[in-house]
Amino acid sequence: MTSPVPGALRTEVARDGETIVFVAPERLLETMKWLKETPGQEFDYLVDVTAVEFRDRERPLQVVYFLRSLTRKADVRVKVELNASAELAVDSVYSLWHGADWLEREVFDMFGITFRGHPDLRRILMWETYAEGYPLRKNFPLRGRFSRAEQVRQALNANPEAHYSMEELSIADAGGDLPEDMRERLRRGERGTIPEPPGA
Amino acid sequence: MSKRTVELELATPGVDAAGRPARVPLTAAAEPDLGSEHLLMNMGPQHPATHGVLRLVVELDGETVVRCIPHLGYLHSGFEKLGEYRHYNQIIPLTDRTDYLSPMANNVGLALAAEKLMGIEITPRCTVLRVIACEMSRIISHMVWLGTTSIDLGAFTPFLWAFQERERIYDLQEMWTGARLTTSLTRVGGLMADIPDQFAGKLREFTRTFPKTLSEIDRVLTRNAVWAGRTQGVGTLSAAEAINHSLSGPMLRASGVPYDVRKDKPYLGYETYDFDVVVGEHGDVFDRYLVRLEECHQSNRILEQALDRLPDGPINVDDPRVILPSKTRAMSDMEAMIFHFKQVMEGVKAPVGEAYVGIENPKGELGNYLVSDGTAKPVRWRIRPPSFINLSALPKMAEGHLLSDLVAINASVDIVMGEVDR
Repeated sequence: MTSPVPGALRTEVARDGETIVFVAPERLLETMKWLKETPGQEFDYLVDVTAVEFRDRERPLQVVYFLRSLTRKADVRVKVELNASAELAVDSVYSLWHGADWLEREVFDMFGITFRGHPDLRRILMWETYAEGYPLRKNFPLRGRFSRAEQVRQALNANPEAHYSMEELSIADAGGDLPEDMRERLRRGERGTIPEPPGA
Repeated sequence: MSKRTVELELATPGVDAAGRPARVPLTAAAEPDLGSEHLLMNMGPQHPATHGVLRLVVELDGETVVRCIPHLGYLHSGFEKLGEYRHYNQIIPLTDRTDYLSPMANNVGLALAAEKLMGIEITPRCTVLRVIACEMSRIISHMVWLGTTSIDLGAFTPFLWAFQERERIYDLQEMWTGARLTTSLTRVGGLMADIPDQFAGKLREFTRTFPKTLSEIDRVLTRNAVWAGRTQGVGTLSAAEAINHSLSGPMLRASGVPYDVRKDKPYLGYETYDFDVVVGEHGDVFDRYLVRLEECHQSNRILEQALDRLPDGPINVDDPRVILPSKTRAMSDMEAMIFHFKQVMEGVKAPVGEAYVGIENPKGELGNYLVSDGTAKPVRWRIRPPSFINLSALPKMAEGHLLSDLVAINASVDIVMGEVDR
């Protein structure tokens, strides 16, 4: 880092020797664009996106971006701190790197952090109707929130159509037997169009 | 390379309208207009061509893929969450089960990250042995890839040859660690065991004979018309697209980006080995095959050099806080017993801070990111899963191709669902 990064609150050096730049959440996108496009920075490769929650509940959650410049062979780590009591949301960097697509979906799935402007933000590893919360949060018990009996009951009662995303259901003619909450989301126009029930 | 279509004039002896003998061209009747209704097709999660429990929902226009929507998570085990409840050494068995086709390399990746976090320098013998472990993993992983992909595309023989070679490495892994798959080879600061006496000789025998199998596979596939036809120009990604999608490993290099963690951010002294970074040109399935095949040759070269330079000496660091004392010492020496007790009951405490170490795994860059709050268990253990990120480019690659090409493209990503879902 030779020149100051716009939007940087402070910098630290990690134990592995990499620079960590802390950025204010509202200036994240601007900073990332600067890091990617400014000559002399050229961090053109997004290595990873993840989040960290500490055991100390007072400490804010961190969203961590690992950037690399393939030409300069240099790395930098960008962090955004979010207070768990406030809204957990940051801007999506999908417009800069398409690789952020699934990585941000995974952070959303595991931590419940919303990425504003992400084109397709839905759960990725857990299923769409998963109701137990966000598994990698510290208030989530290791064995899950529901008892094993409740998990089995929910699995057996699940509508097979729920295994398709709403987008896919709008392609297939499968509106009739949707679970009520999915139909409601479809009606609100969150994604896709409302499939007409067969025979209507 | 672009595909060429050959136009043949097909005709059959017959009669014309006036009843005279003539050649009648064979033309198909005009296809009835079936409208533009798209078909939604479900592929997987129990489908042999999806290499595990991957489920693809494919929107088809005739036989052409309009859109491909992958669904993951059927093998989600919550390894990262489990890691937050375990000591650093107890995490190592979990890494076996992520990318289960290259367990030893995963073990090395986690140990390197934990050592970076704790500031431990490993011994020279351990460094070379870990290089041997990583390159053996690369060979078996690429052999599985080659075998399964050739099966997917209708070639059975290379599958048998590839799995035979893999079996020889598995024998070596069993000799070293006692396990074929769940090796748990490394410990923070060292290894679980040194190599046994006959190991070096057997590995040398392997490196001597392995190139012959590679050349046989090369002879049977590389200039095979069916193989080339099914793979060339299929699933192409340009260098800029590959970088934009954060691809790594052979997927990135096949698109012409010469990035290899072993060269560009060396670990385990890889900068001192003589090997080439294999780079493709077109970024299609065929180039990914060529890159992986040549990487096996390069791994073989590294194995030979590592065997040549393997130094004598201890495999573990000399630090009783990190490495367990031997059983005899723990039973006879009071101090050794105290260290043994503290390590087993409390674990090895890492200083406050964080460390990320990326290593060049067979599938791509495997990153291990550890955050510590000063206790013996990490606050966060993040795996940067190469095949998860490589798979995210699948919809982009598959769109516009035929459904049968989707199988080839999916195979070329080289996914392991244990790592994709973690």
